[in-house]
Amino acid sequence: MPDLSIDFAGIRSPNPFWLASAPPTNSGDQIMRAFDAGWGGAVWKTLGTPIINVSSRLGSVDLGDRRMMGLNNIELITDRPLDVNLREIAEVKKKYPHHAVIVSLMFDTPEEWADILKRCEDTGCDGVELNFGCPHGMCERGMGSAVGQEPKVLTELVKWVMDSTTLPVIAKLTPNVSEIVDPALAAQAGGAHAVSLINTIKSVVGVDLDRLVPVPRVNDASSHGGYCGPAVKPIALRMVAELFRQPDFSLPISGIGGISSWRDAAEFIALGAGSVQVCTAVMHHGYRIVEDMIEGLDEYLVSKNMSSVQELVGAANAGFREWGELDLNYHVVAKIDEAKCIGCNLCHVACWDGAHQCIHMPGTAAIEGHVAPMAATAKKRAFEAASLIASGRTDVEPYRVPWVDETECVGCNLCWLVCPVSGCIEMVEQRRAPETDTWNDRVREGRDFVPGGLKDI
Amino acid sequence: MAERDWKVPAKRLEAGFEDKKPAFDAGEALTEASRCLYCYDAPCIPACPTAIDIPTFIRKIGTDNLRGSARTILESNLLGRSCSQVCPVEVLCEGACVYTGWGRKPIEIGRLQRFAMESAQSPDLLPRQPATGHKIALVGAGPASLACAGTLVQMGHEAVVFERDALPGGLNMTGVAPYKFRAESTLAEVEFIRSLGVEIRTGVEIGRDFTAEQLLEDYDAVFLGVGLGSDSLRGIPAIEGTGVIGAVQWIRGMKLDPATSVDGVGHAIVVGGGNTALDVVQELATLGVPSVHMVYRRGLADMSGYAHEFKNARNVGVRAVEHATPAKLEWRDGRLVGVSLESTQSPASFESRDMPCDLLVVATGQGRLRDLVEQFPQVECDQSGRVVAEPESLVTGNPRVFTGGDCYNGGKEVVNAAAEGQRAARAIDELLRQG
Ligand SMILES: Cc1cc2nc3c(=O)[nH]c(=O)nc-3n(C[C@H](O)[C@H](O)[C@H](O)COP(=O)(O)OP(=O)(O)OC[C@H]3O[C@@H](n4cnc5c(N)ncnc54)[C@H](O)[C@@H]3O)c2cc1C
Ligand SMILES: Cc1cc2nc3c(=O)[nH]c(=O)nc-3n(C[C@H](O)[C@H](O)[C@H](O)COP(=O)(O)O)c2cc1C
Ligand code: SF4
Ligand code: SF4
Ligand code: SF4
Repeated sequence: MPDLSIDFAGIRSPNPFWLASAPPTNSGDQIMRAFDAGWGGAVWKTLGTPIINVSSRLGSVDLGDRRMMGLNNIELITDRPLDVNLREIAEVKKKYPHHAVIVSLMFDTPEEWADILKRCEDTGCDGVELNFGCPHGMCERGMGSAVGQEPKVLTELVKWVMDSTTLPVIAKLTPNVSEIVDPALAAQAGGAHAVSLINTIKSVVGVDLDRLVPVPRVNDASSHGGYCGPAVKPIALRMVAELFRQPDFSLPISGIGGISSWRDAAEFIALGAGSVQVCTAVMHHGYRIVEDMIEGLDEYLVSKNMSSVQELVGAANAGFREWGELDLNYHVVAKIDEAKCIGCNLCHVACWDGAHQCIHMPGTAAIEGHVAPMAATAKKRAFEAASLIASGRTDVEPYRVPWVDETECVGCNLCWLVCPVSGCIEMVEQRRAPETDTWNDRVREGRDFVPGGLKDI
Repeated sequence: MAERDWKVPAKRLEAGFEDKKPAFDAGEALTEASRCLYCYDAPCIPACPTAIDIPTFIRKIGTDNLRGSARTILESNLLGRSCSQVCPVEVLCEGACVYTGWGRKPIEIGRLQRFAMESAQSPDLLPRQPATGHKIALVGAGPASLACAGTLVQMGHEAVVFERDALPGGLNMTGVAPYKFRAESTLAEVEFIRSLGVEIRTGVEIGRDFTAEQLLEDYDAVFLGVGLGSDSLRGIPAIEGTGVIGAVQWIRGMKLDPATSVDGVGHAIVVGGGNTALDVVQELATLGVPSVHMVYRRGLADMSGYAHEFKNARNVGVRAVEHATPAKLEWRDGRLVGVSLESTQSPASFESRDMPCDLLVVATGQGRLRDLVEQFPQVECDQSGRVVAEPESLVTGNPRVFTGGDCYNGGKEVVNAAAEGQRAARAIDELLRQG
């Protein structure tokens, strides 16, 4: 059985699955139930100077029938008294000595930081996470993403923290920046032990068109909020991967953003996360989802012959490169499995209107000299079916399988993505040449040119 | 006493049936799994007699954790594979799905369960405790014994199943409708149980090859999963030729005997109003018998068979005659040619009615194996022939003899037999560990 336990910047946890600082970690009672369900760690809902939250607070993006593909919130940090939170943190840690209890913090002045860090140490917690990410409400007060977006301020603040504590310190970063590397390096420069990302993305989730007020509505108005949930996963994955491969950045990364299953978690870990944090999926389905995450990751590691989570960390990193390093001689073309095709023609319209006009309707002929193995068959079958139907046969369906003009197919994947039948369209490898050739090679060797010139190639 | 050479004949009527609920492919399974709401305190769970954690196994299909999905099912029900296809889900899990109450199509739990089982069922999914050295004999290789034996070996005990038939599986092998579950699938499931470490000896009849005393002497405990007896032909007029057969015997022939055929059968009548009768009429109609009637002694509303199965029977062209019973059989050259029905009501709701009939299948119930059961000292049957046992532990009057399945419950479903077999296994484990 693979070893799922981790040591993340000195924080030990029985598995890499942590709850992100958010409503699921509001209270000790919740976190203890979460640990019983299997969560390895929890980042306590951000503590700070008292605030008042609004009602309502959440809005969502639904995709057809499926709810909460994206979630948006205008909630601030904890609204429970500081003393109560600190007392419960100590209680949880005492009852669950082997689980990771991390306290999220957001304060203003060096004195406040020094004071809270001391009080955190007294709880016995395993580490602290500095919330430099909240994109609403707190930044207006000069905290949260206001810090995360200013590398100099960020470094300064981390230094105050490092001066006041010996606890492991994680800096939680905001994605609302143009370059994620800058704040990450700033956190490293300040002495942080690790970073976590992403916090939520600044967003407006929708507009109530009857009232003409954005949602979620608070009386007669709304405000921009923070976006999270399955929809943000790609953004978070990219940022994690970017940091992991940054040569001058060496801190452990806790991956957050849209994780709902073992698979999502494994992807984050493979791109460099040493632990993962979850919020929306738990808000949707409860703590119970962790059982599948643990089991699924365990089965996956076994299937890959890996003996620990550690082996997976960054395992996909070598496969994540700059565009200029990709092989230009690699080429795939779409192939439609006639037996599986249901004749919806979604691939045709997608390719015809949205790509490169190379999937054609049956009955049409291939252009002279083009490679289209199915064209003649499709034409013949379409004709045969049409004549049988014309002759009065009612048991014959029109032939509706489109065909691919391979000469024109650029291998973009679009048809494969829209096809509703799994395994019906296959992207078949047809290399342009056996050797690899990258754009960087071409520029280096003078076979290709950069308009205006590029320095670092 | 052959152990290995279990083979079902290739040519038999059963092989010609198609699945009424075909297997999902991966895409269909994913689509259906995504529709499940993953309810909390889900009502589908208590509606399953083995309480499978349905939302969890379905969610795991959605996350592509198929081994985990199969594990979740098997942890609650070792016969999850046959149950996924033979359970009357309409009145169990799917009937309780929140979608049903909402007036929408319920989640197809049975088909999703079949998908998980066929994709990932494997003996290494389940943990096995260290060997205890205890040995348990199980009588009958039907669902009850198989579930019990599989659970016992997981707990570290040795389990030996004795089956009088040449093929294991009980009514899963010989009785369930071929459009639900076929003999090959039963064999596959039995092989799975065997791969857990259960020993199965077929062609051994307890009471003939071994006595009850011998079992009690050689084994630490005994589980009785002998099911019900043969078809009862009570109330059927004198039989003077061919053309009359008990339902269970007929189905067995259709499933396993290459000699069974419906060639030349033009008019079939099935007597009874239970699920066996409803199965037989649908089987006959599907096999192409032109006229199939079911004859029931009470009113259609009193039928013990499921309403959804009656609807299915109607849909394949079966006609029903209520408040009627065969009063006289007509023979020509030793073959049945007609049946004369009379009303069971008084005053009679109709004058006697003569119907052509060349096959009369009697589905009015199965006998009981009281004689066999009572060979075990202190084990008793109640008035209707059911083995008497304490409902939770399923221990009989003899502290070392346990029971479950049809012989205990009087004839329910495979899933009840599985649940009882597993419950008995836990009680046996407790008994043996107390030493
Ligand atoms: C026609 C028919 C259709 C059915 N369809 C369904 C269905 O679709 N879905 C469903 O859930 N349930 C169905 N059932 C019910 C289901 O088959 C039973 O509830 C279930 O099989 C009971 O399991 P069991 O192990 O108690 O008994 P059985 O399955 O009857 O197994 C008992 C076994 O014990 C053996 N045995 C008996 N005496 C001895 C002896 N002395 N020595 C050795 N072995 C012995 C028998 O040969 C038999 O193999 C159906 C039943 C019938 C009759
Ligand atoms: C309602 C709500 C409240 C949140 N509150 C906090 C917070 O107090 N501190 C914090 O660091 N992040 C907070 N977050 C952000 C989450 O911790 C997490 O970074 C983000 O939701 C992305 O993860 P997810 O896609 O799994 O939800 C909050 C998110 C939500 C939805
Ligand atoms: S989820 Fe709970 S707290 Fe939130 S609005 Fe509904 S009832 Fe109120
Ligand atoms: S999208 Fe898929 S199923 Fe639809 S026509 Fe194209 S190949 Fe066939
Ligand atoms: S009740 Fe229906 S929707 Fe809810 S968990 Fe069960 S199968 Fe899924």
